[in-house]
Amino acid sequence: MSTTIISLPDQSTARVPKVNYLTKENGLLSWLLTGDHKRIAMLYLISISFFFFIGGALAGLIRLELLTPQSDLMATDTYNKVFSMHGIIMIFFFLVPSVPATLGNFFIPMMLGAKDLALPKVNLLSWYLYVAAGILALYAMSTGGVDTGWTFTTPLSTHYVNTNVITTGLAIFIAGFSSIFTGLNFIVTIHKMRAPGMTWFRMPLFVWAHYAASILMVLGTPVLAIALVLVVLERTVGIGVFDPAKGGDPLLFQHLFWFYSHPAVYIMILPGMGVINEVISTFSRKRVFGYTAVAFSSVAIAVFGFFVWAHHMFIMGVSNYAVLVFSLLTMLVAVPSAIKIFNWAFTLYKGSITFETPMLYSFGFMGLFTIGGLTGVFLGTSGTDIHLTETYFIVAHFHFVMVGGMLMAFLAGLHFWWPKMTGRMYPEKISQLAAVVTFIGFNFTFFPQFVLGTLGMPRRYASYPPEFQILNVFSTAGATILGVGYLLPVLYLTWSLKYGEIAGNNPWQATGLEWQTQSPPLTENFIETPIMDHEAYDYEWLERQKEKEVASVG
Amino acid sequence: MPHISPVIWQFLVKWMTNFALFPPEASRIAPQMDALYFFMVLVSLIGLTIVILLVTSFSILYSRKRHPVAVQIEGSTLLEATWTIIPLGLFLVMFVWGALLYFRIYTPPANAMNIYVVGKQWMWKAEHPGGQHEINSLHVPSGRAVQLTLISQDVFHSFSIPAFRVKREAIPGRYTTVWFEATTPGTYHLFCTQYCGTDHSHMIGDVVVLTPEDYQKWLAGSTSGASLAQNGERLFASLSCAACHNTRPDARGPSLANVYGSRLRLSSGQSIIADDAYLRDAILNPSQHITQGFAPIMPTYQGQISEEGVIALVEYIKNLNSDYRVQQTTTTTDLLPESEGKAAPAGQNAPGKNPAGQGMVKQ
Repeated sequence: MSTTIISLPDQSTARVPKVNYLTKENGLLSWLLTGDHKRIAMLYLISISFFFFIGGALAGLIRLELLTPQSDLMATDTYNKVFSMHGIIMIFFFLVPSVPATLGNFFIPMMLGAKDLALPKVNLLSWYLYVAAGILALYAMSTGGVDTGWTFTTPLSTHYVNTNVITTGLAIFIAGFSSIFTGLNFIVTIHKMRAPGMTWFRMPLFVWAHYAASILMVLGTPVLAIALVLVVLERTVGIGVFDPAKGGDPLLFQHLFWFYSHPAVYIMILPGMGVINEVISTFSRKRVFGYTAVAFSSVAIAVFGFFVWAHHMFIMGVSNYAVLVFSLLTMLVAVPSAIKIFNWAFTLYKGSITFETPMLYSFGFMGLFTIGGLTGVFLGTSGTDIHLTETYFIVAHFHFVMVGGMLMAFLAGLHFWWPKMTGRMYPEKISQLAAVVTFIGFNFTFFPQFVLGTLGMPRRYASYPPEFQILNVFSTAGATILGVGYLLPVLYLTWSLKYGEIAGNNPWQATGLEWQTQSPPLTENFIETPIMDHEAYDYEWLERQKEKEVASVG
Repeated sequence: MPHISPVIWQFLVKWMTNFALFPPEASRIAPQMDALYFFMVLVSLIGLTIVILLVTSFSILYSRKRHPVAVQIEGSTLLEATWTIIPLGLFLVMFVWGALLYFRIYTPPANAMNIYVVGKQWMWKAEHPGGQHEINSLHVPSGRAVQLTLISQDVFHSFSIPAFRVKREAIPGRYTTVWFEATTPGTYHLFCTQYCGTDHSHMIGDVVVLTPEDYQKWLAGSTSGASLAQNGERLFASLSCAACHNTRPDARGPSLANVYGSRLRLSSGQSIIADDAYLRDAILNPSQHITQGFAPIMPTYQGQISEEGVIALVEYIKNLNSDYRVQQTTTTTDLLPESEGKAAPAGQNAPGKNPAGQGMVKQ
């Protein structure tokens, strides 16, 4: 037996199918007016990559500034704008849409055996809203930026800064609608568009994770929109909701903001967890250990995720008893994540494991997400939160979850489905190298920040006491390695569009319905509506299918 | 070491000499916090090791080479229950332990000495009860419980002393408190940890812990002549507060003697303890805080008194245990000709008179 499961067609005779969703129609207009979920996913992929590299460049500037204790590369004001825009772009224009709007958009209909999402025009509209919001955010950035941090804390944002708060707030407001429409579309599709035989408990766990994330998007995002509208109204006409001088309460804003922004963390991570299910199952040739537990843990995260927001405010003078309740609920939301990690680990047990790039990224995810999750418990525990909050500890924690977790998962998913999306393979060796480089660079960058935070270095500081320099130098050095790790995939994935090997229908021998059709798929996805007559991750069914094929051809 | 570049060599030397994993423990709570912290680090390391061991050992044992055909396993309720209940149990231990610590840090003991701290863009101002002011530094004695009453004059700030393991948000329009008992004399970092605008990273200072003797010396050497309460009295007179808040039968406002800490019934029917926060609100936003039986005629002082002024007034009212002193200011006001019966002259006179007066302001 070989050590890989890649089974490609004979390269001398294989061709990328002439008719597919990419070649069906030509011209820019055919893309800009498309209703095809796959084309919209590709549009999203290009746009979020663009924003990722802007956000990444800003991160590079932050790390360069922090190389020395003084604020010498930029003025403090510039630094404040840079970290604010880094946060805003990475969260609202990369992490929130990353997996759902690209991989989810592309594969949820295919996994369900549907032709498209339930509302194709709404899907296109959500991309246009995203682009409009993105342009507005770039406009705000290039005409002076914003220096409130991504959290828009009042009364700083309403009364004390004179940067582009309103434009940026509006941009996020619009981006929110894009995310609501995506979530809505997924919910309707998952309820209504499943192929015959595709019961809820036959759906891939990727779909379950997106279902949970979609509920969060639809219920949480409007609250953020309201909070931002109130900030804009407070700034323009002074309605006084958050102004203590007018009887308002500045803490109210943080309640509203975190009511969205904590669930937003799960909007970002749940789809990533969905990807990990597919990848780990495929590369260990084994069904996911405890399917039901993993499916329900996604839903549990979504439900509990709504009731923990005040753990961002333990030191802000909220009632001690409220702190007790929110701390306890935070502990409860940590449990489903622990369940998932162990279920994935046991999916490997008695499997037949190979180590292609998506699997390497998934292993990276498991390690980094475990660290990110466990350090979250440090912050959810009310006593230790007092010392650790608002320091680099929290910065390290959410980068482990968001970058170490979500971005690793996104890259795992992108490599995993790249052959399906483009019909061509990426080069295996260099991509494995990229996965390892990313993992090493990531730990180098963010692990020292846990120590920095424990030592007390506050976040959002342009200058810092000199004794913190050594660890900051480590972090900046790591960031350069990390940068290389992220540039490599752009280069070789672009290269592979033309020169990659022909992938064939199912290079990984995966079980999902999306792999049982040509790559790249037809605009209609399937020649005839598939009938789901087996469980998800049924590798024995796949074997039988192959035997049947051989029998009918031979 | 001739082969190592001097820059890297210097870097390594610096790293090894400054190596620290946690800040100095300079308060009573710090070792307790660190005990929980290291317990959590331990649990995390064990958890992480288990995950890494599982993943690597399964990867080796069940790689395609060694184990070409996967065995399909549905799941295991027993195993899943195990890894639900054990983490949940551990998290609950952390929750209880952490909550105990949290309540300890944010519940000041009754005998703590109080220092007011005002945060503003971009400095910390500390107001000691003896009238000493400091900017971006805080002198405290060791071995004594110190309570900080924090407020912000503009945006959110956060008062953080990593060596004491305490941190509290300074919020506009609201007092918050935190306390600590410093154990080791020395100088420690004081940070603003809540992002507050342009010079957020310059809103830092020193916390100087002195031995009780040195602290007394410092107090004596830094006094500005008048205590915080005396400053408050001066303000009380200059704003003509006593014109209404006196003991005359026709007084338009309630007497303020011994009001601090007492239970008041408001005109809204609500019953409330008159604490720092209430006094502050009653000065700045009086119409919402009228004591039962009085007409809502008090004007707001919003925008007329700085946060430091309010603190001085609150400190004065806190220490007011008789009306004698208030009457003195009233009488002075009444004696003046009608045209000059304003606040200013009274303000100048009041504190200077009755140096040996009874019913005095403490301190």
